[in-house]
Amino acid sequence: MDKIAVKMTVNGNTVEELVEPRMLLIHFLREQLNLTGPHIGCETSHCGACTVDLDGRSVKSCTIFACQADGGDVLTIEGVKGADGGLHPLQEGFMMEHGLQCGFCTPGMITRAHRLLQENPNPSEAEIRAGISGNLCRCTGYQNIVKAVRYAAERMNAQQEAAE
Amino acid sequence: MIPGPFEYYRPGSVDEVIALLGKFGDDGRVIAGGHSLIPMMKLRLAVPEHLIDLRDVGGLNGISEDGDTIVIGAMTTQAEVLASDLLAAKCPIIPEAATLIADPQVRYFGTMGGNVANGDPGNDMPALMQCLDASYVLQGPNGERTVSARDFYEAAYFTRRGDDELLTAIRVPTPADGHGSAYEKLKRKTGDYATAAAAVVLGMAGGTCTAASIALTNVGDTPLYAEAAGAALVGSTLDEAAVGAAVAAAKAITAPASDLHGPAEYRTYVAGVMVRRAIERAHARATG
Amino acid sequence: MNDAAELTVEEREATLGGIGSARKRKEDARFIRGQGNFVDDVKLPGMVFGDFVRSPYAHAKIKSIDTSAALAVPGVAAVVTAKDLEPLGLHWMPTLAGDVAAVLADKKVHFQNQEVAFVVGVDRYAVADGILAVEVEYEDLPVLVDPKKALDKDAPILREDVVDKDTVGQGPRRHPNHIFTWEVGDADATEAAFAGAAVTVKEDILYPRSHPSPMETCGCVASMDATNGVLTVYGTFQAPHVIRTVVSLITGLAESKIRIISPDVGGGFGNKVGAYPGYICAAAASIVTGLPVKWIESRMDNLSATAFARDYHMTGELAADADGKITAVRATVLADHGAFNTHAQPMKWPAGFFNIVTGSYDIPVGHVKVDGVYTNKAPGGVAYRCSFRVTEAAYLIERLIDALAQKTGIDKAEIRFKNFVQPEQFPYDSSLGWEYDSGDYPAALKKALAAVDYDGLRKEQAEKAAKGELMGIGIATFTEIVGAGPTRNCDIVGLGMFDSCEIRVHPTGSAIVRLGTKSQGQGHETTFAQIVATEIGLPSEDIVVEEGDTDTAPYGLGTYGSRSTPVAGAAAAVAARKIKAKAQKIAAHLLEVGEDDLEWEVDRFKVKGLPEKAATMKEIAMAAYSNIPEGMEHGLETTSYYDPPNFTYPFGAYICVVDIDRFTGEIKVRSFYALDDCGTRINPMVIEGQVHGGLTEAFAISMGQELVFDEMGNILGASLQDYFIPTAVETPEWETDFTVTPSPHHPIGAKGVGESPNVGGVPAFTNAVVDAFAQHGVTHMPMPHTTWRVWQTIDELGLNK
Repeated sequence: MDKIAVKMTVNGNTVEELVEPRMLLIHFLREQLNLTGPHIGCETSHCGACTVDLDGRSVKSCTIFACQADGGDVLTIEGVKGADGGLHPLQEGFMMEHGLQCGFCTPGMITRAHRLLQENPNPSEAEIRAGISGNLCRCTGYQNIVKAVRYAAERMNAQQEAAE
Repeated sequence: MIPGPFEYYRPGSVDEVIALLGKFGDDGRVIAGGHSLIPMMKLRLAVPEHLIDLRDVGGLNGISEDGDTIVIGAMTTQAEVLASDLLAAKCPIIPEAATLIADPQVRYFGTMGGNVANGDPGNDMPALMQCLDASYVLQGPNGERTVSARDFYEAAYFTRRGDDELLTAIRVPTPADGHGSAYEKLKRKTGDYATAAAAVVLGMAGGTCTAASIALTNVGDTPLYAEAAGAALVGSTLDEAAVGAAVAAAKAITAPASDLHGPAEYRTYVAGVMVRRAIERAHARATG
Repeated sequence: MNDAAELTVEEREATLGGIGSARKRKEDARFIRGQGNFVDDVKLPGMVFGDFVRSPYAHAKIKSIDTSAALAVPGVAAVVTAKDLEPLGLHWMPTLAGDVAAVLADKKVHFQNQEVAFVVGVDRYAVADGILAVEVEYEDLPVLVDPKKALDKDAPILREDVVDKDTVGQGPRRHPNHIFTWEVGDADATEAAFAGAAVTVKEDILYPRSHPSPMETCGCVASMDATNGVLTVYGTFQAPHVIRTVVSLITGLAESKIRIISPDVGGGFGNKVGAYPGYICAAAASIVTGLPVKWIESRMDNLSATAFARDYHMTGELAADADGKITAVRATVLADHGAFNTHAQPMKWPAGFFNIVTGSYDIPVGHVKVDGVYTNKAPGGVAYRCSFRVTEAAYLIERLIDALAQKTGIDKAEIRFKNFVQPEQFPYDSSLGWEYDSGDYPAALKKALAAVDYDGLRKEQAEKAAKGELMGIGIATFTEIVGAGPTRNCDIVGLGMFDSCEIRVHPTGSAIVRLGTKSQGQGHETTFAQIVATEIGLPSEDIVVEEGDTDTAPYGLGTYGSRSTPVAGAAAAVAARKIKAKAQKIAAHLLEVGEDDLEWEVDRFKVKGLPEKAATMKEIAMAAYSNIPEGMEHGLETTSYYDPPNFTYPFGAYICVVDIDRFTGEIKVRSFYALDDCGTRINPMVIEGQVHGGLTEAFAISMGQELVFDEMGNILGASLQDYFIPTAVETPEWETDFTVTPSPHHPIGAKGVGESPNVGGVPAFTNAVVDAFAQHGVTHMPMPHTTWRVWQTIDELGLNK
């Protein structure tokens, strides 16, 4: 099986690699680029643990080939940071509100919430629940995850207002 | 978890796609959003040796009006459907159903073309298209043709599309101003396939139903256009007798599988409940 | 130290972040950055990948295995079958329940998706191709999936390998498909009570088969260092030391040459206690190839081949007097264990602690009989926050007491008050053999009823019922048993179920703590630091907690069944107190007073009557390495192995309100109030999180989870397409509350809480659903309460007209 060249930016860095066409993006990230933040929790595209951001869209990276992301711009949890390089308000929120326990769903959950807050900077609880319905968690029961996202939304909106 | 090996192509035009489909026959598949195909490939239920990516093919995107028809490009994602002001204003049942498909991540990539083309009886858009009397534009080596959604589905995963044809657009007759519509879907959880779902589009004038169209999802091996059910509403005030007749007519054409969603008799029963609730909501939304 | 002296006692306590503090978690720092170290993140130089060829048949002979095509697939290095493992004695392995289980199917397969061959290759892509190329010829055999038929005279014989054995490690057996019979209580006295009872109720209650499905599936990286003869295995192990001992026993490698590391584990819930074929095959492949071998299972493998939960077919009965006071309980259970008995429970308890079935009630006599049988299904049974079959027992008794309430016409709360063990009866000896340590059940239920306005809800229910609307109120007042356990009756493969804690305090006043438990999300790095912080007066922020590496952690039996706080938490307190005792001697030396002249206050020893004369633990720590009294050894460290004198008995009162759509059968959980009493509360934030998670699992179990088999033994619904894992949209909001009834025998009075919400949640949900139909005489409805099952009840009763 001949490999093909793919080129994309990942967390702001340009990467050029050779991949089998059938290589899934999640394996490309985890195995070839050693970005083990996004995780694999199923093989039927349900759990969302593999969620990354591609060209401004949340995607389950287990359901897309690396070659389909050629020319694209990928953000994984490793690239999620605050404006000052410290913690992003979402990361702070997950810690402050106990939005994680085992930590396995957390990278996908935070990466998805990151895009959700760009879609909707002030989501209601119901909108948050719908917004993370592609991410499964077994430990938290979601209640504190919702609080974590609200925490981040409030911080970010306050920062936005302060900046204006 | 791991798909079989394949060669990957990224053509830039419909003609190139058709040429590749012609060349590879059964061994070639197009990939749109990939969120139906790739899961099947990972389970090796689909093992195309040649994968033709549509992402760079021109002319497959966008939602526009062409006279009294809304044209939806096959590569339009569900997320784009949800963001469309045109659909929100002129054909809200489509974004209503899109909200009920899968989850946010899948909606960013899953396409309208993908949802209507592969003949999966669990998909939501086919019944909607039948309800709206939409038609599909197919392009093949012999040119372009249009097939009505109501004629398109033959059996589970079997459609009127030839192996060498590409579905490029969906043409939806713009529903009348003041129409009412609703998509009512019973499911086990968010993002699941329907246990039973009903799409209703109707028009009212002076309290009387002037037009009605009803279609059902996942209670047969294809979407089901419930012609008699819709007819039972026309000319009525949507009183209990008419609604009851419509529900009965809809249930009569169902042939659901007994599976983990429930036994067949339950699915038929709730199909009826979905029809009733969709009629009620569509009625409430109709003006006239 | 002047700075410290100026803080008030309260401020100093707050600085400690000790017991009772809702402090944020230390482990979060890496997880929120995606820097966790889970097994699939582990990469070793030269590492290869392995995965299984699995049987499509539930019961079949293996006629042949042809590996030649697979070996020709590019990137495939080896294909291992039972024949290859046989010379190493590894084709079968002993289970934690005294049986044996196949590592790779040896001559026949016993359940669908059983492991048949292990393909090793350069990466998971090559291995996936290799697996498809292995050709196995099967001859199918008659399948047994109905446990009720397992003991029929003409039932197919499943376990030919033990057909001549009159025991498989759990007492005498009477049929080739029989595993054990376990009886406890007084059968005759119970029968007499039933014979003379004014009222009896009897229900057949199935607790269906489900699966804990943690977000991370099982896996390992096994690496044999041939030079030094050391086998290192990273793996998803809830009990790393037990795995090390078992691996030593089955491979013959010295335990000192085996290192087991549980790195970060993405949820366990009992799924990751036992040893799976993947671990053995990876280790064997590494030994043979000299390369590290990684095995990571898929979700479908996880759901269909690893330890399932429940599958208890129960018949429960209560006898009572005319006032609803229970006089006896009787339970017979048919336990479907699958093809091998791999039950992960203390070995003397083949049905776990099911005899907690007296629940929160003072029942004078009872009898329990459990029969375990083999079927053509994956092995397991103990998993999913079950506390060793406590979920099953609690479900049974809470369902029965509701049935008794309905039969007698007594309100479901009132009948519980009538039957509770009263506070003054503790420690309470139950008629089925447990000594409950402490509890105040009436206070808990009173608080719960007031919080939900129970009377108002009943009134509303009656009003709705008059209009044909279905509303249900479910109460569950559960008592459960955790903290396995006293070594006199709790062991796993002979290892007593003590646990351990090692504390080492550094000269500059911080410390490292290592325990024999292993967190999979319960926050041990935070909570155990909090226990030690309060005991020795150093900030929890400066106390590092490590678990999971058998090279460094003291021996322990791992984390499951809510045993960490009761056992290892106790060890931590005892070890800390030993530290404090030595510290007191050092303080006396520093302050030039007698030990008895000192009293402890938060973080220092003060001289009685001379409060300015004090030595903080920080100062003492430095002194332990620089200025010790005559005759004392340097250092400030100790290890404690704690053998609990008893189990602990957390309890709770849960109230669930549901509204049911009578046309679709959909259930909407309107509210769920959960009051938990886990004794002393170490970190309220962590407790709340545990309760949220457990209630969500209980919701999933009661409302949608089941693993179904057709008559050919095909498992249906073993993927996330069908297996119900609720999203944030379906999951209800949880209201949590608490009371505190410390455990009198535990050093800090803590009981453990992880299992409770699953134990109490499932009966609360089912009780609510049945309660909605109680007015129509319905006394039980089987789980899960899928819309179609609920609809069947509605339709039969004609409530949807």
